[in-house]
Amino acid sequence: MAAEKMAVAKAINESLRRALESDPKVLIMGEDVGKLGGVFRVTDGLQKDFGEDRVVDTPLAESGIVGTAIGLALRGYRPVVEIQFDGFVFPAYDQIVTQLAKMHARSLGKVKMPVVIRIPYGGGIGAVEHHSESPEALFAHVPGLKVVGPSNAADAYWMMQQAIQSDDPVIYFEPKRRYWDKAEVDTEAIPGPLHAARVVREGTDLTLAAYGPMVKLCQEAADAAAEEGRSLEVVDLRSISPLDFDTIQASVHRTRRLVVVHEAPVFFGSGAEIAARITERCFYHLEAPVLRVGGYHAPYPPARLEEEFLPDLDRVLDAVDRSLAY
Amino acid sequence: MTESTAARKPRRSAGSKAAGTTGTEASGNTGGKAAGNTGGKAGTGTKRTTRTTGTRTTRPTRTTRAAAKKGSETELVQLLTPEGERVEPTGKAAYAEYAEYVAGITPDELRGLYRDMVLTRRFDAEATALQRQGELGLWASLLGQEAAQIGSGRATREDDYVFPTYREHGVAWCRGVDPTNLLGMFRGVNHGGWDPNSNNFHLYTIVIGSQALHATGYAMGVAKDGADSGVIAYFGDGASSQGDVSEAFNFAAVYNAPVVFFCQNNQWAISEGNEKQTRVPLYQRAQGFGFPGVRVDGNDVLASLAVTRWALDRARRGEGPALIEAYTYRMGAHTTSDDPSRYRHDDERAAWEAKDPILRLRRHLESAHHADEGFFAELEAESETLGKRVREVVRAMPDPDRLALFENVYADGHALVDEERAQFAAYQASFAEAEGV
Repeated sequence: MAAEKMAVAKAINESLRRALESDPKVLIMGEDVGKLGGVFRVTDGLQKDFGEDRVVDTPLAESGIVGTAIGLALRGYRPVVEIQFDGFVFPAYDQIVTQLAKMHARSLGKVKMPVVIRIPYGGGIGAVEHHSESPEALFAHVPGLKVVGPSNAADAYWMMQQAIQSDDPVIYFEPKRRYWDKAEVDTEAIPGPLHAARVVREGTDLTLAAYGPMVKLCQEAADAAAEEGRSLEVVDLRSISPLDFDTIQASVHRTRRLVVVHEAPVFFGSGAEIAARITERCFYHLEAPVLRVGGYHAPYPPARLEEEFLPDLDRVLDAVDRSLAY
Repeated sequence: MTESTAARKPRRSAGSKAAGTTGTEASGNTGGKAAGNTGGKAGTGTKRTTRTTGTRTTRPTRTTRAAAKKGSETELVQLLTPEGERVEPTGKAAYAEYAEYVAGITPDELRGLYRDMVLTRRFDAEATALQRQGELGLWASLLGQEAAQIGSGRATREDDYVFPTYREHGVAWCRGVDPTNLLGMFRGVNHGGWDPNSNNFHLYTIVIGSQALHATGYAMGVAKDGADSGVIAYFGDGASSQGDVSEAFNFAAVYNAPVVFFCQNNQWAISEGNEKQTRVPLYQRAQGFGFPGVRVDGNDVLASLAVTRWALDRARRGEGPALIEAYTYRMGAHTTSDDPSRYRHDDERAAWEAKDPILRLRRHLESAHHADEGFFAELEAESETLGKRVREVVRAMPDPDRLALFENVYADGHALVDEERAQFAAYQASFAEAEGV
């Protein structure tokens, strides 16, 4: 049976298992990924089945995890490392930006860096400080890195396969508040390209573009808008670097309006880049300026306030109203 | 330094603790249940048997012994005095273990080390001159560090892997990297002009200390492969302050990785002396991580060779990492952009010149009648030939093609890079068209 209903976390787990089975050079590394199976159980059972040599519990040091993964990649391994939470990635930021991202270019292509960095990201789970952030733009800004963010179990499964097969470093953002959302995963289906966006709901009045945890919200917003007689198209961007502008452009040519939604702060966020480029590409097609819905220019708030910070149905629909009012 | 006294005190407990920890680990493997209780002693008892199986029990033993040997900060392994006399390890138990690694060295090998150092210094001087002539944008001279680099570099085996900083020109020489390849990045035509895998010599790393982790990861891979290659990570006294170096020490210890940390303490991190980097002699840092640390006279090529062979040998045997602090001196400026007269006195340099690494080996070769005038004259001629070749190659080094800036950003391509490359090419072509009309 190829297709099976599974949660996002389970889909990643199955994908990692498949990679470990099919390529002896694949390694899993991170804090608590072995015996515990990760704090979200994404790597559950892998150390038991593949041993401590391949599923490696590391010392608690993020720079060390990424730095040694670079060395292992130089030796021919394909490490998949876990950063336990979004806000913990910064000790490794230097190794990622300064070393990992540049190694292929500075070696004139002699050295490849097939390293996947898994980062559970985003809020909405009532966590303490540094456990709910969305730092994807900080990575998308760096040449040499690829940045992806699946929104559902099927993509989580296949995009992990593709990320591991990539000879480039891939930052793989996992939508932690969607870890337990289930969907049909066909483990034999041939997937589309890793970096292609997908129209997940067709519409005629306005395009909502999102990735990761916000795709579900946008679909809900489209449902709500439909009740008011408005037809919204939803594009799941899937990949943040590279970004599939062609798919967004094609959608905007149809709907003439675009709202971008992400949890990360709006200022210098990925929505800014999308707005600039789509304005450039679709200037004469747009009926309204590209609008953005996202976090505020404030540190991620305490859990009791995160509902105010995060985009929700009303904020998305408010932006839709404003766009349609032009 | 008074710190050495303070550092001596907890050594015993640190050693015992390390032994206890690994003893507990080992108990799972060997059933040596008592190890955890009896500390270092149990480690000593099981050393020989565990060495063959490559388990971790040997590490604390070495730690304890190495620690016990290093009484004071000033004690360093020296096998050739500044006057060029061989130091007899007899009566100095601390040296004997290392000295055996060069006990059988032949006059031919000694001449080889001398040649390496002379040619490296000549190359380095040529590069400095080329910078002054405007052919290079910058140069980081290794002047004074030839013995540390040639000694350690010649200790490596072909299958070993080397992770340098940006000053390891002597090590590059030992690895067979064409010296002219080192100059591309300083001329500004690339960020490193050699294939790291051709000579198992990684690209120069500029951000201080990062490569210590790469070396450790690579060594973890060597261990996973079941190979007996060694890995050596170069860094300096300044880098010892970086978190990455401490993390590398810890990862290497935890995974028992076959990596040698080779710290060239050249006394200066640009303008900051040792006292701004550390309160303990750097080699003593190893103790806290659970592996041996040794301070060697970094201006003594024989001692550097011996100690590095020792460290690589034990790494190959599965005995884990070691730290070598090569005590040396940066006789020149940090780089050609630096002005050391702002922060240090000439008399310091003069004192170190008396301990010059090349001079002392020459004295030894002469007094031992291992080399005659013909040898030195021939080497002089070879040096000049090298200098001439470097000069010619650098002057002829072309600027890269404009479009090279889009090359190799990704291995599997990236839509944005493709788009920007096309835009850039069209933009450039527009000038050509305008000129063509």
